[in-house]
Formats: sequence, structure tokens, C-alpha cells
Amino acid sequence: MENVVNMDFLEEIVSYFKRSPSSIIAMLQEIQEKYRYLPKEIFPFLSKSTGLSEARIYSLATFYENFSLEPKGKNIIKVCDGTACHVRKSLPILERLKAKLKLEPGAVTTKDLAFTVEVVACLGACGLSPVITLNGKAYPAMTPDKATELLESLIEVKGE
Amino acid sequence: MLRSRQELKDLREKCQRSAQDEVRKILVCSGTGCVASGAEEVYDQFKAVLERLKIPCSVKFIEDGHGVGLKRSGCQALCEKGVLVRVEPEGYLYTKVKSSDCEVIVTETVQQGRHVERLAYKDHDGAVCKRTQEIPFFKRQMRLVLENCGNIDAESILEYLAAGGYKSFEKAIYDMSSQEIIKEIADSKLRGRGGGGFPTGYKWQQVYRQKLFPKYIVCNGDEGDPGAFMDCSIMEGDPHRMLEGMLIAGRAVGASDGYIYVRAEYPLAVRRLKKAIADLEEYGLSGENILGSDFSFRFHLNRGAGAFVCGEGSALTASIEGKRGFPRVKPPRTVEHGLFDKPTVLNNVETFANVAVIIDKGSEFYKSIGTESSPGTKAFSITGNIENTGLIEVPLGMTLKEVIYDVGGGMKGGKKFKAVQIGGPSGACLTEEHFDLPLDFDSLAKAGAMIGSGGLVVADEDTCMVELARFFMNFTQRESCGKCIPCREGTKRMLLILERIVSGNGRATDIDNLLDLAITIKETALCGLGKTAPSPVLSTIKNFEEEYQAHIVDRQCPAHSCEKLKKYYIEPELCKGCSKCAKLCPTNAISGKAKEIYSIDPIICTRCGVCVSSCKFVAIKEAW
Repeated sequence: MENVVNMDFLEEIVSYFKRSPSSIIAMLQEIQEKYRYLPKEIFPFLSKSTGLSEARIYSLATFYENFSLEPKGKNIIKVCDGTACHVRKSLPILERLKAKLKLEPGAVTTKDLAFTVEVVACLGACGLSPVITLNGKAYPAMTPDKATELLESLIEVKGE
Repeated sequence: MLRSRQELKDLREKCQRSAQDEVRKILVCSGTGCVASGAEEVYDQFKAVLERLKIPCSVKFIEDGHGVGLKRSGCQALCEKGVLVRVEPEGYLYTKVKSSDCEVIVTETVQQGRHVERLAYKDHDGAVCKRTQEIPFFKRQMRLVLENCGNIDAESILEYLAAGGYKSFEKAIYDMSSQEIIKEIADSKLRGRGGGGFPTGYKWQQVYRQKLFPKYIVCNGDEGDPGAFMDCSIMEGDPHRMLEGMLIAGRAVGASDGYIYVRAEYPLAVRRLKKAIADLEEYGLSGENILGSDFSFRFHLNRGAGAFVCGEGSALTASIEGKRGFPRVKPPRTVEHGLFDKPTVLNNVETFANVAVIIDKGSEFYKSIGTESSPGTKAFSITGNIENTGLIEVPLGMTLKEVIYDVGGGMKGGKKFKAVQIGGPSGACLTEEHFDLPLDFDSLAKAGAMIGSGGLVVADEDTCMVELARFFMNFTQRESCGKCIPCREGTKRMLLILERIVSGNGRATDIDNLLDLAITIKETALCGLGKTAPSPVLSTIKNFEEEYQAHIVDRQCPAHSCEKLKKYYIEPELCKGCSKCAKLCPTNAISGKAKEIYSIDPIICTRCGVCVSSCKFVAIKEAW
């Protein structure tokens, strides 16, 4: 993971936001969008650019749930566990996905960095509950079996 | 770029004429729900079919000239029946539309005005409802805030203008003084739609009086309550309505900048708002000296980063400032020291969306809707185990029973109603005894509940109320920002007790301990989220104490929902001794000899259910 960060890209981000400390969250969002996590090399750079301490920036990265300090998988699956999805049984879907991907308790990303499975509070598609998203595309009215099928279709595509 | 009132009027008239000329329209619902069901594919297919049949099609309003208007509309409200497509002028509504249905809709309805019955909505009794208004779900509704949502292209400022958009804003800058605007809002008795129900006019008045400049307008689009998506639908379906409200607020209190804070989980809303804000700049409806007046206003869009607590006012402003979303002690309140420590009007999306109607039609008109102390309408998202899930808007004061049965169509699958959770993790559950309760701010407060953001999640007899309370507590515990001890530690203790109960290890003192903790948190937590965190537990204990007792004393879940209280056993008469289940059991809980009857050790069994699906003879049964 050495030298994963493109300094020109970081420079571009901080200049776009005029190095303003109040835009620090937006900067972190842009960086996370590109790398799918926040590489540790960015903290000293952002600190120098904005004048905020590294600790302050780190505190933001750990406070907000969208930020990750660990690399995330190539495919990101979000399982909605909002109230509507929950009462229509979203947890068995999560359990099935975790079992199929052989995720150990507490882990969210597979060891080969192919998949990350996250739980989110509400995706705003409650009418179609339970919902999961795969790389941003929503799949409505899921069941554990449909989730298995979805995973298998992905793994097949990869295998081809 | 519009430079004067006249130019805006001219453009609006031009848009309105175009809208009248555009007789035929295909409205493809493009709310989050329908997009998930494949609305984009349907839209593209319509375009392809129209092109192939050489039917002139106008994707961009006005610019494309005459033709069939093909539009991405906002949420058309029957999310479960998506993709929804409506064809105007007939008003035929088609449900569950797939790409393969586009051709028949074009050849039958668009070309010949004929109805395609196969795709129509059918009500409970199988009767065909051709048009939206014929569907029972819509009959009792009143669309005021969501007037345009689902009827115009959500991404077009010109269509918003054609629908009379920015008329109220125009009136506010040219015909009204700040005081008059504030008085109109105050007279309308509009109350904040974000949950608290604070009078909006009074809030604006307080900010107006502050001598400190600059002042800010902040729109709270951090709709964090799981199970609520009204604000999402407004931002996606009619973003200009909300922006117009913010502009009017800015004019009224003398603010120069407006910040919109949207949840990161609403990417579509972010995209549509970005487009809407860019359009406003392009047309000169934001920026310096708008329409040649002395009023200047700029919009800023901030995306949340996944913290529920940022829905709380002071945490939200902290987050915009680039800090952790910690609430702070109040007073001083946001109206005095809000964003960047300056006087700030902080209102919710739906509140701002109400403003234009009040300025346009007047406070008297507005007060004629709803109840005396809570005028107007309220959007609710109605979800869970109910027949019609989706977005609804009803006058405040409608009773719970009317909402669930007349609008919601009753329980899904004919199950028995158990409770409805209103107001998300900060709210409470209401039961059958509250059926006649009018849904308005004051009546709900009296019943110990609150409208909150307006999420209604309906639970049927198969929903375990203890588990539901655990679910909400798990949510608030995870989302507690950790600043104050009652919330940080208290919710954790409450969650531990609830987890113990649903897994069958409850203790006799647990209910008393829960109540004790709940009351302490309620009285001592710092912010609104902490104070209301125990509400679901308090209300489920109040209404369903016997369910708690069943879990604790009898180790049973009356709703047959808590997995850990389920037991599997093998029916001796059905077991053929094939040994398949024993081989598959991941914990080796099944033992026996081939050709003899097998048995399950309930202590080792983890209730994974693998054996149940593996048994060809359906010999493995559940017991509760």
C-alpha cells in the first residue's frame, strides 16, 4: 500500500476547496470516493494544506461512519437495516451474505478485497424493502436466496 | 440570465405556453424506489421506441420543440408498484412497467389514446383503476407540498416555472417587505416539519431581529430516521420548491447564504439539487442582485458523512463548519449563534417546501387546511407490513385509523394490526387504542408520541415489539455521538438488557432497570436525540408489557420472531434416518444412527436452519 496516493490529485482537491478548513469533510469525501478509503498518507498533507492538526482530521475520519481507514473491497454491498427493511426481515440477508463470503465476525471486507458488506440505516427506498445496493445500484425486495444468486452471478462474471 | 422581474415573467409565460402545447406526455417515475426497480432502463427504452416509430419526442422542455414530452418525474408515490409510468393527457397510470412494455404503451396509449388494462393498477377487489385519482390510496390525500412531485420533470427549472414556480419569490422581493413576509408565515401558523413543530414565523422573526451579519439559512436534509423518505422525495422530485422557500427565507431575515445539508445516502437527491442550484445560477435566480433587486443570495450544498446525530441542529451546523457533529449546550440557540456563530434560520426540507404556497395563496388559505393549532398538510412515508407502501400527504389532523386503512389500504396479507411506530427511533409506538387519535403535533405530544420526521412503520402480529425496541436502541446506541454520559453509557446499558431479553436470558428485574435507565436518560441527556432515545422502549413497555414478560418469564416470543427463542425438533414419524441433516449441521448438534430416528440437541443448536431446508421429508419442525 506504499505510495498509493497521487499527490497531484490531492493538490487538485485542496485547491478546488480553496484550502478552507470548513471544507475538510468535503475533501475527505472526494478522497474516499477515489480510493474507497482514506490512506494514512493524506493526513499530513491535508494538515499542512488546511492548517488543521492531523489529530483534528483524524478525529473526523473516525467520527463519521462513511469514512474508512481500511481499504474497502472492489464490490461494495450495502444492506439496508432501516426500520421498514428490518420489519421485513433484512437481517437474514446480511447473515447469508456474510456466510457466503466467509466473513469472520467483525470483518466487513473479504481478505482478497473483492467484497465489502456494510449495514446502512436507511437508503430511502423503504417502499421496496428489504433493499440492498451493490456498487450503488439498488436491488429491491431481496431475500437471502436472491442475495445468493446476485453474489453467484458476480463471481461467475469474474470467473469468465 | 434574467435581469428583471419582467424577464422572469416573460420566461414563465413562455414556459406555460409550451406546457400547454405539449399535449402528450410520458412521465416515468424517477424517485429512488423506481430507479431501483429499473426506471432508467424504461426511460431509455421509451426514447428508443419513439425514435424507431419516428414519433417526435421532446426530452428537453421548450428547446426540443413539439413532440411527445418524455420526462423523469419525481416520486409518484406507489413505490412498491414501480416502475410507474403515467401518460398525459389521459392520465393513465401504469404499474410495474418493464422495458418490454414500452412499445405497447406507445402504440396503444400514446398513438391511439387507448388504455392498456394489463398494466393498470388493480385495487383490493381486483377493480381496475385507470387513473391515479381513482386509486383509493390517493382519494383521501391532499397534495400541497408534493403538488408538482410526480407531475413535472424533476430536473427542469423551466417546467417548475411553467407550474408557476418562483412566483412567490418574485412577490417576496418586489411586493413585500421583510416584515410582511414574516407576518404572513407567522399568521399561517406553519410549524417546523422536522419533528419539534416549532412555529416557523416566530423563528424567522427572531433571526430578523438580530443585529449580527452575515446571517445564514440552513436547510436540514439529513433525514436520518430509518423508514422516512419524505424529504428525500421532495429533494428528488421537486427541488426548486424547497430552494424557493429558502430564497424567501433569506429575503425575509436578510441572509446572504443558504446551506443545504443532505444525507450521503441520498445520491440522487444530491445530483438533482446540484443541477437545480446550477440552473438557478444560470438563470440569475441566485447570486448577486437577483433580478436586478438589492437581494443577493448564494447556495451551498454539503453532503453528510454518515452520522445520525447531524440531524440535530447544532450538530448539523458543526458538521457544515468542518467539525465533528457534536451537539452543544443550548442556549444560546441557533437563531442567535448558529452556523459560524452567526444568526441562522434552520428549517427542515418540508418546512421550506411549504413557504411558497403560503406566500402565493396567503395564510388564510393555508389555515383552512388541517387543524387549528397545526394547519397545513404533512407528508408521511408509510412502510412496513401494510398494503400500500409509499409517500403520502394528508391534512394534519387525520386520524391514525384513516391513514392506515383508508390511505394505507390496511394490513398486508390480511394480518392483524399490532402497532405503528411513528417518528422513528425518537418516536413511540401507537396501538389500536390510538386509532381515533388525530395526527397533529399537539395530540401526538399528549399521547407521548411525536410526528418526528413523519415516518410511519406499520407492524403486524408477526412483529416482536421487544425486538423492535432492541432494534431502535441498537440504532441510537450506535449513533450516539458520545459527548454526554447519559446517552453514551445509558443507551449501551439499555441495549445490553434488551439483547439479553430477546435471546432468552432476561432477568426478573430487567423491566424495572430499563424504566429506571430510560427516565434518567430522558431527563439528563444533552440533546434532543439523547432525550428521546428511550421513547421506543418506554412506549413498548407501556403498551406491550406482556410481551416483555413472555420473553423474560416464559422464555417465549409470542410473535414467533426472536430466532434465539426458537427450537427445532425432528418429528419421529417423518424421519427416515437418512442422516443428511446430521452431515450438514455446522455445529454437530444432530445425532443418531443411519436408518434410525435422529435428534437435535437444543443446547448446541445455533438455529441456522440448514437442516430444515435440507430435509426431503420435511421432518424438521419449529417449536416456539
